[in-house]
Amino acid sequence: MFILFGMPIAQIMLFGFAITNEINNVKIAILDKSKDKETEKIINKISASKYFHIEQQISSENQIKAIFEKGKIKAVLLFENHFIKNLQAQKQAKVQIITDASDPNTANTITNYTNAILQNYIQENNKIKTENYQIDTQTQLYYNPELKGVFTFVPGVMTVILMLVSAMMTSISITKEKELGTMEVLLVSPLNPLQVILGKVFPYIFLSIINATVIVILGVFVFGMPVQGSVFLLAFESFLFIITALSLGILISTVAQSQQTAMMLSLMGLMLPIIILSGFIFPISSMPLPLQIISNIIPAKWFIIIIKAIMLKGAGIAIIWKETLILIGMTLFFILLSIKNYKIRLE
Amino acid sequence: MSIQVENISKSYPKTLAVSDISFEVKEGELFGLIGPDGAGKTTLFRILTTVLLADEGKATVAGLDVIQDYKEIRKNIGYMPGKFSLYQDLTITENLNFFATIFGTTLEENYDLIKEIYIQIEPFKNRRAGALSGGMKQKLALCCALIHKPKILFLDEPTTGVDPVSRKEFWEMLKRLQKKGITILVSTPYMDEAALCDRIALIQKGQILKIDSPENIVSHYNKTIYKVRTKNKHQLILDLKKYPSHYSAFAFGEHVHYIDQNIHFDPTELEKYLKEQLHSEIDIAVAKTSIEDVFMDFTMLNQ
Amino acid sequence: MNQEKIISTQNLSKQFGHFTAVNNISFDVYKGEIFGFLGANGAGKTTAMKMLIGISKPTSGEALVAGFDVKHNAEMVKKNIGYMSQKFSMYDDLTIKENITFFGGIYGLNRNQIKEKTALLVSELGLENEINKLVGALPLGWKQKLSFSVALLHDPKIVFLDEPTGGVDPITRRQFWEMIYAQANKGTTIFVTTHYMDEAEYCDRVSIMVEGKIEALDAPKNLKQQYNVTSMNEVFLKLARNIE
Repeated sequence: MFILFGMPIAQIMLFGFAITNEINNVKIAILDKSKDKETEKIINKISASKYFHIEQQISSENQIKAIFEKGKIKAVLLFENHFIKNLQAQKQAKVQIITDASDPNTANTITNYTNAILQNYIQENNKIKTENYQIDTQTQLYYNPELKGVFTFVPGVMTVILMLVSAMMTSISITKEKELGTMEVLLVSPLNPLQVILGKVFPYIFLSIINATVIVILGVFVFGMPVQGSVFLLAFESFLFIITALSLGILISTVAQSQQTAMMLSLMGLMLPIIILSGFIFPISSMPLPLQIISNIIPAKWFIIIIKAIMLKGAGIAIIWKETLILIGMTLFFILLSIKNYKIRLE
Repeated sequence: MSIQVENISKSYPKTLAVSDISFEVKEGELFGLIGPDGAGKTTLFRILTTVLLADEGKATVAGLDVIQDYKEIRKNIGYMPGKFSLYQDLTITENLNFFATIFGTTLEENYDLIKEIYIQIEPFKNRRAGALSGGMKQKLALCCALIHKPKILFLDEPTTGVDPVSRKEFWEMLKRLQKKGITILVSTPYMDEAALCDRIALIQKGQILKIDSPENIVSHYNKTIYKVRTKNKHQLILDLKKYPSHYSAFAFGEHVHYIDQNIHFDPTELEKYLKEQLHSEIDIAVAKTSIEDVFMDFTMLNQ
Repeated sequence: MNQEKIISTQNLSKQFGHFTAVNNISFDVYKGEIFGFLGANGAGKTTAMKMLIGISKPTSGEALVAGFDVKHNAEMVKKNIGYMSQKFSMYDDLTIKENITFFGGIYGLNRNQIKEKTALLVSELGLENEINKLVGALPLGWKQKLSFSVALLHDPKIVFLDEPTGGVDPITRRQFWEMIYAQANKGTTIFVTTHYMDEAEYCDRVSIMVEGKIEALDAPKNLKQQYNVTSMNEVFLKLARNIE
């Protein structure tokens, strides 16, 4: 009953708030080489808009790569030297918008919004003054210069498939035994619970590894997805995520008594949050704060950050160790919880 | 003592499944729990096979406590739950090998034990279990439960929904297993199977009505049962129930089993009455008491 | 006995691929008779019954049920029969009244008819005080009696009972049969399968199916005479044994 009536409400709320291609409070950095009156005005204007939040001021182009690798800051606004002078002397000055295009949608929107703010600034200015100023904007895209959608799509699909195969199939195959009554016979056997579970889970580990490999290979060779970072690291992280998903599946099977419940739990409890809250389709940064906080408990969010960082940004473990640790922690938590929940008896 | 049950009770949120049950099964005995669906047989089986905890009471299996020593018990028993518990999409051979592996043995190791049963299903050994007929499924399940040479065999309604031929064969197999020293606890809703056990417990609504050997239960029964037959059986039952001193009247095979309240009952009186009711081909004789008669009487007394 | 045929089959067969489940069976069932349909597991009983109630098409042969051809007029067959099986009886999460209303509705009874029938049925079964109880809370025996009555709601000419008494206690089983007798006396034909051989003795005539064929069909008394045994159980064992 709760699932039937509660879920639709929860979903419509989620979609209403989360599904928005608008951006909200996107974190950006400013590299202001000119530091004059006009750039300050522009920066204030940007800072005042609800779309952007200026997280950091940087002083050199060399820092850009590092901040993008961390993944928090999505764009850098670069004002050229002598901005005000150029504006006055040549009636034209340059601003560069450098975006992290590993999420092409967000990158696109950021560029458009920034352009709009700059245009707005010029118009206001031109009303007062007689000369016609112009700001020349240049866009530079990091990681994904062609803005290919497939770059978000591949990691997203990989996450969904791994969750689907690992968590859903495991939970269903274990609850199936409960339904058929074979679990009763397995219980009344010298096998200990760990052996039963490992036996059920093993085929799905194997299957998931094959799936992950196929998706990566297709991504690289058919869609031209780069693997900038280490392939071994990618494999390790994928394996870690498979284990996370499997432990979730086991956890579900300790709670669910029937295949139907297991299926509902996996679909509603795992798939939808992955699609909505993991940042796969909708940027987390533009969700309302409560959803942003909730998104932190979704393993898929961390996995998507990790594989994007490895594949597109060439990040090494030094950069993604935090996300990796979070995944490991979650996995251990799920495993411990399932062991605690696993019953050596019926009921 | 192979199985010892002392004052076991178990209730579910809505129903009382078994209430204060005690009994013992001796080593090498073929012990039957006889009762209809919902009597509490399955609950009792689950408690004894350590997959369910009783609310109250104590039970030991092969001298081991069902709660503390559950791991040791699980190594020593074979269990065939009421629901058909095999892998439907595995073949006969695959199922056997699977269960052999689980119990850390092989099909060959204990082959002599299951041989007689196995040869009956061997011609179909590559057929999937889901595609077998009821009788064959049941034989396969028995093989699987026997594969690790258990000391005690728990069979929960192994013959339910199975035709008389397969049921007869199944009981013959149980007798042979018993001769090999295996203690067997079996439950059934079929009263005619009760006579094949060494001792039985008649169970209804979570309570034991009687425990004894089938012979004793029948011979200790002190009411005389008459078998009555006329041309129209339905009318006969209705009329017998209207007879002033009637105690019970139940259809029983081709006859109606009739018990009178009066110890000094005179069948000729009844015959006269039936004639008055326009019955023809009247035949009244003393019937041989069966377990089913006793069970029905106990049920009536209990209600 | 009324000699009006209510079920009549001629060379009825059903094949699944190369497997012949029902092999050329021909028999008649007369109006108002209690007809026992026996056979070992896998002998083809269920398949044959499915064809007679119009939910499975025969591969070849003909069957008339309540005067309608099961091949071409299955919908009319379904309107004129009642069906009850051990597996499907009633909705456990509806009350007795709701179940009766639901099934009455399915069989096209109008509001008043349903009201009338409900009152009648409930008083016959003595369930007046339980009418608003969930069916799931009833003992198995009561459920069976209730679902038998529900199968009769639309006054069908024939009722098919598929192992109606499996797992029921001996007394309830007999009470159930008394209901069957009463219904047969009203002229309803009863077609019943069972694994209890003493119940076979309660039937007017029984047929025994072995490997897709009807091996014997007669009154229990005659069958016992023919095979020179004292119970139907022995008749059954003799017949089925011969084949294996």
